[in-house]
Amino acid sequence: MALNARTMPDEELFYGHKACPGCGASLAVRAALKVLGPNAVAALPAGCMSAVGFNFPQLAFGNNAMITPFASTAAVLSGIEAGLRSQGIKPDGCTVVGFAGDGGTADIGLQALSGAIDRNDDILYICYDNEAYMNTGIQKSGLTPYGASTTTTPAGPAHPGSFTQKKQLFQIVAAHGIPYAATASVGYMADFLKKLERARDMSGTRFIHVMAPCPVGWGFPSADTVDVAKEIVDTGLWFLAEYEGPGVCGKPGGKFRLTRNPKSFAPIEPYLRRQKRYSADADTDLELIEAARDAQWEHMREAWV
Amino acid sequence: MTRMFLSGNEAFAEGIRLARPNVISAYPITPQTTVVEALAKMVEDGKLASEYMHVESEHTALSAAIGASATGARTFTATSSQGLLYMAECLTYASGGRFPIVMMNANRALALPWNIYGDQRDSLSLLDHGWIQVYAKDNQEALDLALMAYAVGEDARVSLPVMVNMDGFALTHTYEAVDVPDQAQADAFLPPYVTQNRFDFTNPKNIGYSAGPEYNRFYQVAHHEAMLAVRDVVAEVEARFAKTFGREYPGLVEAYMTDDADFVMVTLGSVSGIARDVVDDLRRAGKKAGLVRIRYLRPLPQEEIAEALKPAKAFGVLEKDVSFGATGAVYAGVQASLASSGRALPSLGFVGGLGGDDISRHQVEDAFASLEALSLGKAPAACGHQVGDVVFLNVAGEVA
Repeated sequence: MALNARTMPDEELFYGHKACPGCGASLAVRAALKVLGPNAVAALPAGCMSAVGFNFPQLAFGNNAMITPFASTAAVLSGIEAGLRSQGIKPDGCTVVGFAGDGGTADIGLQALSGAIDRNDDILYICYDNEAYMNTGIQKSGLTPYGASTTTTPAGPAHPGSFTQKKQLFQIVAAHGIPYAATASVGYMADFLKKLERARDMSGTRFIHVMAPCPVGWGFPSADTVDVAKEIVDTGLWFLAEYEGPGVCGKPGGKFRLTRNPKSFAPIEPYLRRQKRYSADADTDLELIEAARDAQWEHMREAWV
Repeated sequence: MTRMFLSGNEAFAEGIRLARPNVISAYPITPQTTVVEALAKMVEDGKLASEYMHVESEHTALSAAIGASATGARTFTATSSQGLLYMAECLTYASGGRFPIVMMNANRALALPWNIYGDQRDSLSLLDHGWIQVYAKDNQEALDLALMAYAVGEDARVSLPVMVNMDGFALTHTYEAVDVPDQAQADAFLPPYVTQNRFDFTNPKNIGYSAGPEYNRFYQVAHHEAMLAVRDVVAEVEARFAKTFGREYPGLVEAYMTDDADFVMVTLGSVSGIARDVVDDLRRAGKKAGLVRIRYLRPLPQEEIAEALKPAKAFGVLEKDVSFGATGAVYAGVQASLASSGRALPSLGFVGGLGGDDISRHQVEDAFASLEALSLGKAPAACGHQVGDVVFLNVAGEVA
């Protein structure tokens, strides 16, 4: 049964935490645990969600959960899964799930994630992407987009902010031949829920990369999170897609699919200008951002659809 | 029981097989490799029903063991040298999370200069990471420690991970005759791991979390006290071990001929064998030499060391490591132990065997001769490159 806002379980498994108002990541974790249910076992590395969720005695997970070393999300997930299986104590409906940020995934956690996919361990890895190291105070990560000012890529005379594009994490993960990978956004909740359900009901390694805007780090009012998360998709600066590995779709190399392929994009300028992190970007920077978007979509539409 | 001719790593693997770990996470590094190879073969041959995880790094090897332990699984991993350092941050997660993982460490030199041979700088540089550290002297003890490490670490009074150290090559790759217990005996000695420190699906738990300034210190105090409880638990476990297998072990330290010794050498690991032979020679020559072999370095056996040094007029420490700009780590610990009993003695810290350099019988004899001189109030003859009270063995005169 496809979950939506009406049919989502009322049971809260992530509450009483200390996330900032309008936190996109906490919304992603909350929704994911509703889909995965109380038998989910969660592991979270150092980062926003462990920092807000695991403050003894205020422990915010209603399901089994633990903190991991920063680089170890996937490694600990693999260990949890092996531990449960080896003892024959993994209950029905138990998803071993990780929630790690963009830095914790695309930078320091990438090796462990690669190892887990290589072993095809039966885990679900969810990367909540707020496009910088937000927990430590908005430093650039491998998933910080071009032109976004961070505290380690501050806007100045030479650069408006980050001078690299986002690492292509979804494609890197897919290149392993993982059974299932998807991108999502907390602005398109129905799509995210559907992908969570799909991932939940499969076995082997699954990966979801969910865009989770951060009002503090991006510089927009906390009431706007969902709207911003929608707009990043509508402008084509983020994409909604799925990948099925060869073992799932039967096609060598696997199969990519855009789950949202708009005929036209919303203009990028209002999206960028509503965020303080892009405030130093000149029109030429906006042109660069748009050109990079167009090139990526040209490739995706040609190769994936 | 079966008598077998095994390398240290093979013997240790037999001990792990008998302990029936649920999960083994393994990443190769010389000279640890043959232990994870032996375990892989046991799993493949159906002699061991463990989940064997082929992880992509030492960092993941220990992280995976932590995750598995949080489910209540008995876990094993093994490493050496740079691999141990690569997983170093995970050591405190394992110990602070109170996960009684057993890890074998093949003691090996640290880079640079890059070197695959044995010394003890790897584990000794990580004494403060909250793990029980124990050092084997021979292959039989290594096998036996595989079983006893679980018994000690999993005891509810302790609940701490255990690093079993074996000298690289000197033990890991050297063959000796070893008694391998039967599975039934091993099972009688080591029941399955039972703990409250695990996930629970009827009453879900958050385990491993943050504790701020208001609470943090209480965790550290509990960790310290758990470490101090190891002394009694080791004594109990060794008594049960002797009853089951007929082999006796002496607790945190092994004191040899110290009751009336004028001068005593303190050692760690396999070099104790030569040192003991030299003590025997000296005793035959009418000289009152003694030996203390530290088995458990964490917890630091302060009382046992101070007690063993009570009659002595001088002591030395022979170890395969140095903390640059200070002394060897064992020497510092022994000095602290003696000081805690309100005493001070003339002493020397001998550092040998670095980067796999053989510690010869001749070197050990010279070191004992230095201690004898100290015990008589004389200046010791030079037996190496001396800097303060640290003597580098097999280094003559000025160093380039």
